[in-house]
Amino acid sequence: MMRKRVIAVILLAAAVAVPFANLIVPGVLPGPVDILNSAGTLDVLGLCFVFGGVALGYDVAFGFTGLLSFGQVLYFAVGTYLLDIALSVWHWPLLPAVAVTLLAGLALALLLGAVSLRGSGIAFAMVTLAFAQCGYYLIEDNPHGLTGGDTGLVMSTSRLPAGLVGVASTRNLYWLALAFLAGAYAVVWLVTGSVTGRVWLAIRESERRAEVLGFRPMRFKLASFTLSSLIATVGGMVYLLLVGTVAPSSVATTTVTVSILVMVVLGGAGTRWGAVAGAMVYVYLQQYLLKIAAEPSFASLPGPVRVPLSQPDFLLGAIFVLFILFAPGGIAGLAARFRRGPVEQE
Amino acid sequence: MTTFIAITVSGLALGAVYFLISSGLSLIYGLMDVLNFAHGVFLTLGAYAGWAVAQHVPQRGPAFVLTALAAAAAGAAVAALTEIALIRPLYGRPVSQILVTIGLDLALVGLLLGGFGSDSRPVPVPGWVSAVTAIGPERIPNGDFAALAVGLAVLAALTWFLRRTRYGIVIRAGAENRDMVRALGIDVGRAFTLVFAIGGAAAGLAGLLNSVVFNSALVDPEQGDQLLIFAFIVVVIGGLGSITGSAIAALLVGLVQVYVTFYAGHGAGLGQLGNMSVVLLLAAVLLVRPRGLLGRAA
Repeated sequence: MMRKRVIAVILLAAAVAVPFANLIVPGVLPGPVDILNSAGTLDVLGLCFVFGGVALGYDVAFGFTGLLSFGQVLYFAVGTYLLDIALSVWHWPLLPAVAVTLLAGLALALLLGAVSLRGSGIAFAMVTLAFAQCGYYLIEDNPHGLTGGDTGLVMSTSRLPAGLVGVASTRNLYWLALAFLAGAYAVVWLVTGSVTGRVWLAIRESERRAEVLGFRPMRFKLASFTLSSLIATVGGMVYLLLVGTVAPSSVATTTVTVSILVMVVLGGAGTRWGAVAGAMVYVYLQQYLLKIAAEPSFASLPGPVRVPLSQPDFLLGAIFVLFILFAPGGIAGLAARFRRGPVEQE
Repeated sequence: MTTFIAITVSGLALGAVYFLISSGLSLIYGLMDVLNFAHGVFLTLGAYAGWAVAQHVPQRGPAFVLTALAAAAAGAAVAALTEIALIRPLYGRPVSQILVTIGLDLALVGLLLGGFGSDSRPVPVPGWVSAVTAIGPERIPNGDFAALAVGLAVLAALTWFLRRTRYGIVIRAGAENRDMVRALGIDVGRAFTLVFAIGGAAAGLAGLLNSVVFNSALVDPEQGDQLLIFAFIVVVIGGLGSITGSAIAALLVGLVQVYVTFYAGHGAGLGQLGNMSVVLLLAAVLLVRPRGLLGRAA
């Protein structure tokens, strides 16, 4: 326990210090130049942190409570789109915009959670998918010109505080994304370690047994679903501030839910650091592979090598399949096996 | 009134495409408890196989049958391979089986995007497929009739296969109680591969028909994933595991989608209203009757 906290503090301190590290790191950085604190690299790291937090939130419902939702993207989309609309269409100041977005995300999660949790298993997965698709169709339809439809909506920076705009903003946004991840981690650490977290695990293993023990699974499942969704909404807001624009294809389609699910399973469902690590590896690889594929020497590779390598989705999907077949515990499972020596398969 | 009939036929044709996709999904789920997310890419690959073959065949008269056979064969081959290579090693781990199909879908769609780019490609079809038939004042695309005919033929063939053949009986028995069938000395594993192959063939046909009838004969790498969501909706509304339920739900979803799109969506300027009504229909059905129209009780 102590050792874990020390590692967490060291990692956090290192991450906080990255914007000051004017180091040349050849070859492995996802940004266009090989400097650790360059804007390109900080942006990608910020994105890694955002999805790290969002994946951790998904893990609360999926890994810790056993709720396989296919609608996680809805709450992420609420965070990005509602904040964007409040800032850019209604021209609200940042704080009220954030507060209203947060409340809307909370209300939606409670409402839709209460409805969809009436079913379980495949029925729950499909109802959450249906609600998320509804949100996606609504965004695509561009009601009253609010969402910008298929092309999306660029964030207006006119009402943002000075620290989040302009040249200096890269560092601040990086720290904001890091703060989001650290905050989400702290909350999830506290809650999953509490009695509530134990009941979630009990529900995951056997809902009926938890019920017989005198707990009301519905309340606990709704709490898990709501916390999970709320983290996605906050993550969506940080994503908007970081990226500065939203489009349905990047923040509202079921593909995004699938990516989040892949991140969590790749890292190790039901573990905190695993989910975060899975998301960071996923986003980093995605961005790094795109950078590699754009290099001039890449075009000279023969077709059968170049075509698969130019598609991060292909490589990530293939890695994911290999993990499912050979390392079902994900990155966290591999690490545990490495520490304890080979363990018998389930 | 005149448009009403054309709209209805179009809705039934869409329902036929949904049925082709969801019958396989439903069979696979009924027998193996696997919700197959790779079904979308099976149908995309079927459409591409049809496209590839149609390039090399003069498009006259019955040449379209050859295109359709290529689509079905490609779908069946990819599906059978998937079952043998990816699903089989994961028996007894249903969540992993679902996840592996998600990964496969991601990887194969990525590969198609890498190979073909995101632009769509036109499938050459004989003139009669893209022509319209005038019935009184109505002008109805022949493609609609083709989709309906294929859907009905597959429904009849599947019903016959499941009721009257030895393998069909093994599949139905396996859906009831896998362990008992295995204990009786019957190789259920072969039935698993067969069910995947049948589902893949139907999906391949659906991919081609969807391109030809509803997408101006264009195939594109991501067409399967959009259709898959509606196919899931059909399967769940119809009741997981029930072919007849899938058929009824497919027609229902197809009709609701085109009626709402045409009569409510266009007027309100909401192009997605039809899609939205279908997902809300799913939510409503599941909340009132969680096992779907004809599903077994959980």
